[in-house]
Amino acid sequence: MTIFSPRSLTEALQVLDEHPTARLLAGGTDTMVEINFRHFEPTDIISLRHVQELQVFETLSAGYRLGSAIPYKQFENGSFSHVSGALSEASRTVGSPQIRATGTIGGNLGTCSPAGDTLPVLSALDAQIELSSVKGIRMLSIHDFMLGVKRNARVSNEIITAIHIPKINGFQGYAKVGVRNAMVISIASACLIHNTDKSHISLALGAVGPTIIRCRTAEKWLTENADLSTSTALTTKVIEEFGRLAASEALPITDHRSTAEYRKHAVGVLAQRLLKRAMK
Amino acid sequence: MYSLRVNGTQQHVKDAWIGESLLYVLRERLGFMGSKGACEQGECGSCTVLINNDAVCSCLVMAASAIDTDIITVEGLAPAESPNDIQQAFVTEGAVQCGFCTPGLIVAVHHLLETNSSPTEIEVKEALSGNICRCTGYGRIFSAVQLVISQREKSIS
Ligand SMILES: Cc1cc2nc3c(=O)[nH]c(=O)nc-3n(C[C@H](O)[C@H](O)[C@H](O)COP(=O)(O)OP(=O)(O)OC[C@H]3O[C@@H](n4cnc5c(N)ncnc54)[C@H](O)[C@@H]3O)c2cc1C
Ligand code: FES
Ligand code: FES
Repeated sequence: MTIFSPRSLTEALQVLDEHPTARLLAGGTDTMVEINFRHFEPTDIISLRHVQELQVFETLSAGYRLGSAIPYKQFENGSFSHVSGALSEASRTVGSPQIRATGTIGGNLGTCSPAGDTLPVLSALDAQIELSSVKGIRMLSIHDFMLGVKRNARVSNEIITAIHIPKINGFQGYAKVGVRNAMVISIASACLIHNTDKSHISLALGAVGPTIIRCRTAEKWLTENADLSTSTALTTKVIEEFGRLAASEALPITDHRSTAEYRKHAVGVLAQRLLKRAMK
Repeated sequence: MYSLRVNGTQQHVKDAWIGESLLYVLRERLGFMGSKGACEQGECGSCTVLINNDAVCSCLVMAASAIDTDIITVEGLAPAESPNDIQQAFVTEGAVQCGFCTPGLIVAVHHLLETNSSPTEIEVKEALSGNICRCTGYGRIFSAVQLVISQREKSIS
């Protein structure tokens, strides 16, 4: 077993190409738990700590390019908290200050847990995932990137180099249900984005299916039944129906954290709350 | 072999397995017994150290990946036998019972006050939300933090 500590992206991609079975290590908050408990025996490790390119943040014409290894604390209340209100709220719910100082969105995508807190946000924002290899760059929609429980579309010689998100005018919110405020893995979560320029509301659910669920039916129904060009309050009937449709799109399971029934109920409530916050 | 900069001094780590956590290497290979290990999964904060001025769980850092960083452990905050104001305040306020959580909390409080010298009560609670104490019920820990804040404010004015 060897650890590589490349000093540039070019070097990292080269090393990965030569060692395609190597485990990439960003913040290590998922990987080290696996190693400490011997759930995973690494062969080779490529540490991304010293790859500066992955820490770069850029403002683009229509949005932002977020380096994949920027830690959560920068989105929570640090330099980049302005890029997306929902991403900032989601980041703030991750683990504890210690976890947020090291954990990264790249790692959240790499693990691709259905409970990953930034994933509903990236889904609702229609984020684009930038994957790099020695051959070049490929852009993949977040919807094509996430394949299932802890499965994603990255191939072994690729590094997630950045996440591209649009700049949105309008409300953005993230809500999560867990047993307490700090250090909880989500039982159910939802992200709602109101794009006032496009008169559209998008909704994505976390922890209620094999991967993040985008509520296309609820979204379509809302577009047809409400005026979303401004943020004028909606009737209770509309809000309730939106919540009901969202809950019906969830595919939760029962596990040690909660029951399928409760999860379904919870995402319906979260969807309604977020819609109320968006339209007032 | 690799080497780590711990409390300002370069330390050589020999014969280590690459997958070892920084917590393990600090305690078992380098003899820094201050940082404690309780959960080894980032939940308790008793292993908190500073890496490049960030408070992190050393159990979740692969030691060999921490080359070329500045690692500060609780031992690096004050010399043995001469507690700093945070450590003294924990003693004064009775914020230490079994003491297992204390080193991690001292590092977390140090980090908080370095970044925010006059935190509100809720900011203190949030900053320490990654550190679990099974004994004190936290009241005395928060009192100790308030004591440090007020002492430091007095010494400035
Ligand atoms: C105590 C604790 C609490 C937690 N709480 C939460 C929580 O509330 N919400 C939540 O969502 N998660 C939580 N997590 C899980 C974890 O912190 C997150 O998933 C985090 O985003 C992982 O990022 P990382 O950089 O630390 O990942 P790593 O452990 O470094 O990597 C995780 C996976 O992603 C891959 N990877 C990392 N970077 C890249 C890249 N650039 N390109 C390709 N693959 C990559 C790695 O190879 C690995 O498979 C918690 C973890 C702990 C230990
Ligand atoms: S031992 Fe590291 S957080 Fe508990
Ligand atoms: S004093 Fe015992 S765990 Fe805190």
